[in-house]
Amino acid sequence: MFARLRNDFPILDTRVGESPLSYLDSGATSQKPQCVIDTFTEYYSQRNAAVHRGAHSLAVMATDAFEAGREAVANLVGGTPEQVCWTKNATEALNVVALGIDRASHGFGGESAQRFNLGSGDSIVVTEMEHHANLVPWQQLAHSTGATLRWIPVTDSGELDLSDLDTIVDETTKVFAFTHVSNVLGTINPVDTLVARAREVGALVVLDACQSVPHMPVNFVDLDVDFAAFSAHKALGPTGLGTLWGKSELLNALPPVLTGGSMITTVTMEDSEFMDAPQRFEAGTQPVAEVAAFTTAVNYLAEVGLDKIFDHERDLTRVLLDGIAEIPGITVLGSAEDRIGTVAFDVDGVHAHDVGQYLDSQGVAVRVGHHCAQPLHRRFGVTATTRASTYLYNNTEDCERFLTALAEVRPFFGVQ
Amino acid sequence: MSTQMQQLYQQVILDHSRERIGNADLLGDMAAGPHGSSHQINPTCGDEIELETELGSDGSIVVRWTGDGCSISMASASVLSELAEENTLEGMLDVEAKFHELMHSRGTMAGDEEILGDAAAFSGVSKFPARIKCALLSWVAFKDALNQAQTSLKE
Repeated sequence: MFARLRNDFPILDTRVGESPLSYLDSGATSQKPQCVIDTFTEYYSQRNAAVHRGAHSLAVMATDAFEAGREAVANLVGGTPEQVCWTKNATEALNVVALGIDRASHGFGGESAQRFNLGSGDSIVVTEMEHHANLVPWQQLAHSTGATLRWIPVTDSGELDLSDLDTIVDETTKVFAFTHVSNVLGTINPVDTLVARAREVGALVVLDACQSVPHMPVNFVDLDVDFAAFSAHKALGPTGLGTLWGKSELLNALPPVLTGGSMITTVTMEDSEFMDAPQRFEAGTQPVAEVAAFTTAVNYLAEVGLDKIFDHERDLTRVLLDGIAEIPGITVLGSAEDRIGTVAFDVDGVHAHDVGQYLDSQGVAVRVGHHCAQPLHRRFGVTATTRASTYLYNNTEDCERFLTALAEVRPFFGVQ
Repeated sequence: MSTQMQQLYQQVILDHSRERIGNADLLGDMAAGPHGSSHQINPTCGDEIELETELGSDGSIVVRWTGDGCSISMASASVLSELAEENTLEGMLDVEAKFHELMHSRGTMAGDEEILGDAAAFSGVSKFPARIKCALLSWVAFKDALNQAQTSLKE
């Protein structure tokens, strides 16, 4: 099945100079199957109209397409369609939560928002392996409210060090935000353990699911998280679309950050009443074509099966890790058993940018830099790494082409 | 090996990235002459440079720097330091302008070796849009540090 579905991704036929393309940068963004690309043409040529307004037939079709997306996502990650709010991207989704809490802490949102109230004496807990998108908004929230920011450290093996979990997450902790899967190390974090501790102290749980939802079966209801965020473009969908998932009771109490049209019930010259989620967080014209395309992507993933995708990528990860171990001078960051196909490494004597350039000359696309996780890189004593990341369309040849090119890097730069 | 890669990583660039000229601790206020320093960072890859210029009363100019980054950024800082040794302040201003022009030429210019010395080897880099900022990192720091040194001269 996986050999066949590779043909669904036209971009994989691209040649880079004289080499075929081996795309190992899906951790940054995934490629799109033809059916997702076609949805844009189909939507704009047959269904395009403003959603949630207008009584004409096209408007009804556009609204149906828009709302069908929520249902598809709810089927994928659990919950009901009302729990799925569209955002510009996952970063915005996390900011909507952090800034909503900030507004609640400054008196917005009335009585029901007071459950989010944060001040000095309270703490926010994150981890040392967060993507900047799930770190910077919490730093800002701490600065704004006077709350303390704490973090769970990372071990040499690239896992969360939970030995002091009970003192780091304590009775003062109001928000516990962490990533499901590290975008650098590939480590899958023990969400159950972390949620259990959050429940003991009554903290809200915010899950960054950007690297988990595209690669493995995930159910936010089963995980019992309060809020979760992920992006469409890493899961075969288009850019410009993210998802904020939340428990309805919490979503409906959280003060919205973006306000304006389409999210209100009554507006007077003095004040306004807001709708419940999801519209509450969807002010202004929404990315309807993107939602339609993402619906196609979600259905595609569901048809292949996230469990099968996870197994396929696990096999590729083995090939990558075993192959890298044979090449002198390469150090992989982290060694967690429970992981996805994201492998970041340091090449002794050669800067990541130069590694990436060489691999590119051989048709291998990887990410170089700090991958928006500077503190994690600092933790491992490096400023930048090279990262290979797999997806369902990758095959063993991609991995082997990568390994062959990687073995040539140090000789090319004259490093022994 | 593709010719593009050979154009990018010319031997002179690889040599400078290993044997780095001017790579020395900064003197700060211990510097004898008018001086300035600048810290530049490339936020996309984390490449970093701290560069200091010191002006001599005879119109000479000294560059010292510490940094961490890719071969292109480190070689560029080394070449810059070498050119500073060979040029007066006035000459360096011309070199800086010419190097800037070369890096934005998208590979259409050869680079005048008479003026640019080893920096002419960076003409191949200008074909790689993602790497131009690597080559320019130390030069941006140089311009900033030089401005400060000149300001302190006037004071």
